[in-house]
Amino acid sequence: MKVLLRNPDREIVLPGRRRVRELLQELQMIPETVLVIRGRELLTSDREVGEEDVIEIRPVISGGVR
Amino acid sequence: MKCRKCGGSAAVELRRHNTAYCADDFLAFFRHYTLETIRKWKMFEKDEPVLVAVSGGKDSLALWDVLLLERYDTTGMYLDLGIHDYSKASRAKCERFAAERGATLQIVSVAEEVGGAIPEVRTVTRRPTCSACGLSKRYLTNQAAVSGGFAVVATGHNLDDEAATLFGSVLRWQEDALGRQSPVLLASHPKLARRVKPLFRITELETAAYSFLRGIDYIVEECPFSKGATSLLYKDVLNRLESQAPGTKHAFLLGYLERARPSFERDRAVTLRECIRCGQATTSELCAFCRLVDEVRHKAHTAQRPVSGDP
Repeated sequence: MKVLLRNPDREIVLPGRRRVRELLQELQMIPETVLVIRGRELLTSDREVGEEDVIEIRPVISGGVR
Repeated sequence: MKCRKCGGSAAVELRRHNTAYCADDFLAFFRHYTLETIRKWKMFEKDEPVLVAVSGGKDSLALWDVLLLERYDTTGMYLDLGIHDYSKASRAKCERFAAERGATLQIVSVAEEVGGAIPEVRTVTRRPTCSACGLSKRYLTNQAAVSGGFAVVATGHNLDDEAATLFGSVLRWQEDALGRQSPVLLASHPKLARRVKPLFRITELETAAYSFLRGIDYIVEECPFSKGATSLLYKDVLNRLESQAPGTKHAFLLGYLERARPSFERDRAVTLRECIRCGQATTSELCAFCRLVDEVRHKAHTAQRPVSGDP
């Protein structure tokens, strides 16, 4: 699968199927800090993603003074 | 994972509520929770003009979206910080958001009001960038509200922002900051507008999910000056706790507001007066914003003048 990461924008390719929860663990990301997006849908941690998928992992944390 | 309401496929999991919702039911939950916060904390009434401070980010645009959908009387205000491409992009997002909804957006420029944009302020003063930026935001949104006849300024601060601020204040026992922290700051002077944070019970994950599901085109990139900000470190620590014990951030913040804040608030009696130059409310003769303006103009001027001995 193709995984798009942000800030800075970059792309990685991973083989095989896995649950979103496992994908985030592999990438050492905390589920509370990212949206996992496939096309126009948001994926919860129990959803499976596979070889053919393009997944965006979008951070939700803003810093500095708000 | 199934939606708690309709049993359909869930789009958003809310571990702190031990539940999950599909896209439509999550949007309904988000709106309901925001409106409940506005009512419960007596933030503003439906017919009261509200100035919504928008940055182009997910939180403030989500807030404005909810208020527009619910037909509150709102005007947006974008503060152009002049941070290169970041400000250009975030301003364009706000302008497009307002245009698509037929909403009114005011734009105020830091460069015009302070005498230099934020990158220049950063260069010519020794102040931390976030501190000068925060001061300008508070002052200029208040000024726009008071001069425009708005009794209320609403900002997009969320649960993560507020919990991180509280965490920082507690770590250093900053009693003044603890006494000030509240989702509603009442106008304690005729030159001060009420400041409210209707999203303070909603996490950043939830505001991002709302904005995404509503198709709001918000700026995902971070402010280039926020890199290394302590607020990000505090958020990271709190999110690590949250992932092991869902509900921690909510319990920390709401517990403070309900049980501990009153004692810090009691100790904080300040006398406000009007700044001798701009007339805004302040505790000193010349307000902090006017002092910042002086510093920027003086140092920018000095930097341009040849030093003694130069040809």
